[in-house]
Amino acid sequence: MSVAVATSGGVPRTVWRRGILASRKGRWGFGILTALALVAIFAPLLAPHDPNAIDPSRILSPPDLAHPFGSDALGRDVLSRVIFAYRVSLGVAVGSTLLAFLVGVPLGLYAGYHGGWVDTAIMRPIDMVLALPAMLLAVALIAIIGPGSNISALAIAVIYMPILARVVRSSTLVVVSQTYIEAARARGTRSRAIIARHVLPNAIGPAIVQATILMGFALQIEAALSFLGLGAQPPTSSLGVMLADGRDVLTQAPWVEVFPGLAIAITVLAFNFFGDGLRARLDPKGVTE
Amino acid sequence: MSDVLTLEHVDVTFATDAGRVSAVSDVSLSVAEGEIFGLVGESGCGKTTLAMALMGLLPATASVAGSVRFQGVELTGLSAEELRKLRGDRISMIFQDPMTSLDPTFSIGEQVAETITAHRDIDKERARRRALELLEEVGIPEPRRRFGDAPHRLSGGMRQRVVIATALANEPALVLADEPTTALDVTIQSQVLDLLRDLRARLHTTIALITHDLGVIAQICDRVGVMYAGQLVEVAPVSEIFRSPRHPYTQALLSALPTQQQAPGSLRVIPGRVPNLADPPPGCRFSTRCPYVMDECADVPPLAHETDDHLIACWLSEATKRAGRPDHAATGGAV
Repeated sequence: MSVAVATSGGVPRTVWRRGILASRKGRWGFGILTALALVAIFAPLLAPHDPNAIDPSRILSPPDLAHPFGSDALGRDVLSRVIFAYRVSLGVAVGSTLLAFLVGVPLGLYAGYHGGWVDTAIMRPIDMVLALPAMLLAVALIAIIGPGSNISALAIAVIYMPILARVVRSSTLVVVSQTYIEAARARGTRSRAIIARHVLPNAIGPAIVQATILMGFALQIEAALSFLGLGAQPPTSSLGVMLADGRDVLTQAPWVEVFPGLAIAITVLAFNFFGDGLRARLDPKGVTE
Repeated sequence: MSDVLTLEHVDVTFATDAGRVSAVSDVSLSVAEGEIFGLVGESGCGKTTLAMALMGLLPATASVAGSVRFQGVELTGLSAEELRKLRGDRISMIFQDPMTSLDPTFSIGEQVAETITAHRDIDKERARRRALELLEEVGIPEPRRRFGDAPHRLSGGMRQRVVIATALANEPALVLADEPTTALDVTIQSQVLDLLRDLRARLHTTIALITHDLGVIAQICDRVGVMYAGQLVEVAPVSEIFRSPRHPYTQALLSALPTQQQAPGSLRVIPGRVPNLADPPPGCRFSTRCPYVMDECADVPPLAHETDDHLIACWLSEATKRAGRPDHAATGGAV
């Protein structure tokens, strides 16, 4: 009993050693994500060729040693392009989720802690956003502001913020009913300090799990938006843009399509593995879905 | 001795879907400086609600009427911020279950120190030193080594000592101890009670102890108030309560205590059920179960002095009769 209480919240340092990395899924997820993050960070060093260099002699040439992923319709090196596109895609995925996290978590925390009309005032508009189909919302936002990878990040953040706010609100409701919160009040601790020091660390766990998994899906949404031409704009490339390019030559040169697709699949999988590993540790009672 | 706490005609009601629930009804009592006052009654009789009302910690659905004076200051009507300043500083609280009243993500030392920094403008290091002293004072062995421990690394008894340390951090005038030993096993219970008595002797803190356990009352209280279904039915020095209980409920409660002579497996019970507080019986709320029930019981019996220090609210008592019916019949539940 006491063990469950002690582990149900917060992110103590031991979580890493004993929890996430203890499960095989967690280890795989963490390992792959670390590797992929390094790829994104060191893209200019890792890419064997200039991703935008056009080589007419290599149009749609199949993979070989110098170009392990082959070349695309303009003779550009697919591996180099995947590496640079990955950088953009991952940046959008992580950035959008972080933005949603930074806005959604305080809102959910505040709504759950205060309840009553504060809760209603914060959560009803959030529910309205949540009620709109995610893709439609993103497309509508981009239609208003204009395409681009930053805008698609913003659109994804708008889609995700309500989800994270709801998750935090529900775990906050559980935490607020605990005696230690009442005890903190009885000690005369100010509300702001109670929220920041007692509620947040105990309620944040499920939101971290959720955010991790959402990052994977953010990568997919970004790819979808870019595929539709609403995300990254040339010359910037993202995995979605590459998918759109590769579609035209799918039967003649499948490598143009397959490798960016694989990059998306592996990343989503890794985020899910990592999220599952986290959940096993932070959220033993399965508060998140 | 002057009174630290005086309650006059305190009512607490909750707005619920089932209508207004009267959790505490017309409770008047006073607690003298330096005494250990026990408030006894079964679960749901309003003891904890009363304590929460003093602290201003009741949920928004509750409303409190009547007067609560603490060290001469009227608490009802104070702003939330004024009440916050009192809590943990002048009045503090010990909760029932030390397994849940400490934050699992914070070290025990930090939780003690937080009580100090919430009220005193002192730097972290001094708060930390004071917290160490307090941990030492409540009998945590090796407080320096224990300071950074998470609560789950301590036993229940040790945790309750930490909770007591937080309650004492600012040397409050009044400590409300809500079932401080109920969640502990018997040997630890006795240690914690000894600690409370010892702290009262050293710090001259007034303690209001809320419990359903008459054994705890007998062990450390000076005076005791008996509550039933939100009404205070009897107040007396602890020896008198046990020697000559006057209210039929107190008598029934005491006779329900198992004795060694009793056949195993047979427990005496008070027949009937506790009334539904959304629709309490008019007058004395014990009347539905009282063996001596009579017509007068439909009026609320006022709590009156039978002797100097023995108060009772029952129409069987001459004192209650003398305290008069007419004016109380008007305010009471006579329907």
